[in-house]
Amino acid sequence: MLYREAGQFKSSYAADQQLFPIRQDRIGVILLLVVAFVVVPMVAGDYWFSAILIPFLIFALAALGLNLLTGYAGQLSLGSAAFMAVGAYAAYNFQLRIDGLPMVLSFALAGLTAAGVGILFGLPSLWIKGFYLAVATLAAQFFIVWCLTKFPWFSNHSSSGVISTQKITFFGYVVASPREKYLLVLTLVTVLALAAKNLVRSSTGRAWMAVRDMDVAAEVIGIRLMPTKLLAFAVSSFYCGVAGALYAFCYLGSVEPDGFSLDMSFRILFMIIIGGMGSILGSFLGAAFILLLPIFLDITLPALAGLLGLPFSNATVSHIQILVFGALIMFFLIVEPHGLARLWQIAKEKLRLWPFPH
Amino acid sequence: MSRTIGDVILDLQNISLRFGGVKALTDISFDVREHEIRAIIGPNGAGKSSMLNVINGVYHPQEGTIIFRGEERKKMEPHQAATQGIARTFQNIALFKGMSVLDNLMTGRLTLMKSHFFEHALWLGRAKKEELEHRKKVEEVIDFLEIQHIRKTPVSRLPYGLQKRVELGRALAAQPSMLLLDEPMAGMNVEEKQDMCRFILDVNDQMGTTIVLIEHDMGVVMDISDRVVVLDYGKKIGDGVPEDVKNNPEVIKAYLGAGH
Repeated sequence: MLYREAGQFKSSYAADQQLFPIRQDRIGVILLLVVAFVVVPMVAGDYWFSAILIPFLIFALAALGLNLLTGYAGQLSLGSAAFMAVGAYAAYNFQLRIDGLPMVLSFALAGLTAAGVGILFGLPSLWIKGFYLAVATLAAQFFIVWCLTKFPWFSNHSSSGVISTQKITFFGYVVASPREKYLLVLTLVTVLALAAKNLVRSSTGRAWMAVRDMDVAAEVIGIRLMPTKLLAFAVSSFYCGVAGALYAFCYLGSVEPDGFSLDMSFRILFMIIIGGMGSILGSFLGAAFILLLPIFLDITLPALAGLLGLPFSNATVSHIQILVFGALIMFFLIVEPHGLARLWQIAKEKLRLWPFPH
Repeated sequence: MSRTIGDVILDLQNISLRFGGVKALTDISFDVREHEIRAIIGPNGAGKSSMLNVINGVYHPQEGTIIFRGEERKKMEPHQAATQGIARTFQNIALFKGMSVLDNLMTGRLTLMKSHFFEHALWLGRAKKEELEHRKKVEEVIDFLEIQHIRKTPVSRLPYGLQKRVELGRALAAQPSMLLLDEPMAGMNVEEKQDMCRFILDVNDQMGTTIVLIEHDMGVVMDISDRVVVLDYGKKIGDGVPEDVKNNPEVIKAYLGAGH
């Protein structure tokens, strides 16, 4: 009953084209932002910030980047973690080598560096598609990690390429506590998510989706495939690059090239598959699922075992955790192959009609 | 009819197209005049679709000259044809399945949009303004084709006949001066065919669009086209007004069969 757009008439195209055309959605988003920016910083503890919220936001940003490329532009990539590595090391080096460079500028430059590298590794997409392209992007994954390990210049000659990030300062103000870092990450993620939302409702996004759905027809309509695909790689890598910089500066504080492994690229890919390809919301839902569910199971399973008086060892519990996690992934993919975002959409459609079935 | 047929705007001279050893088109010449409806007919495999693909730059003929609006065309890419005002539909529907009807039509106007990527990301002045202006134009096409009720529907959910209509809409959204239609009525029932015929005639009449179409339904072709060119095995065997083509013995033999 609450979620119904009856009575909300659009009298102009501008009103019809706004970011969230339905009033309840607008209220929901504003509420969510208020909770994230005001309520959470007041109530959450350091553990919540540094172990749950910050990594969730960072991976959601990386997933969003990959979603723009794979979900919207239809170009499969397995190099997301490598582009994050580029972002992390670029931000470190910009801070190191340019005195007094504002941190936010460093992050932006890190994103741009990653975008440049992304364009380079996106070039194969002009000739190959689908799984073959995914295999070609593996080259980025292995080459970049190798490169960062091989050339000590990138890590300022530290052993085995480990970098410890500099302090985050804003015009003299030091961002040190988990709460402050959370707010910084949250701000950047919010801005970039809104920008992504704008992109996909504009002609840039339509060109991407056209290339994804039917590239021959897109070309006949007048879309030039090369710049469209490369722009998708650039934007996607920019998002991943910023996510990587945040990963290093706001989450771990010290990273090594091997940390940005193929395994991480796969996790980001799973996030968008579970969350929903071609959905901004899906990137967040997917990141939450892949990242937070194991933590949740970690906490609840031993408690449950204790409650039922089952004599499980720690090892058994962690095995059960993996089993449950895998089973849930299968369950959600069978229920809705298009991801959690689609489930949410279906739920909203049902809500609109409730309590009537049709 | 209120329209007047103008001068030749597209002149194809001695076009030959080969794929390896296969000759798709052999020495074909014909022209298209402004504002006319020009049909290309012929049995399956005659090279009709190849002909359209040559016109909008998907295929590059090995021999021959193409003169479009008085200029000889160099080798070009399909997106250039789009900017020159040539739009087309496909034999097998080639809509963007993941997008709504509205977005499909808006995509048709991409070449006319000038706003920049950064303006899109920030939804700044020009991007926003352009989005509204083009939406208005797209809505005109939506009204014209009577598809208001399905504007927000994802095209994959639409029945075949409507998908065909949306595809015509996407081509029209670009405001083309020349429209290439590859079997716009294939697989439709009588009623849908009548609707489609009406739309094609209206487009031609009201917007002055030159139309080149491929169609198998002879009744339709003879009814709506001004001139017909007949292909068989990649060669031209007939060209002229429907009456002449109908009575051309070679066409009857090749196309309509000996029984006629």
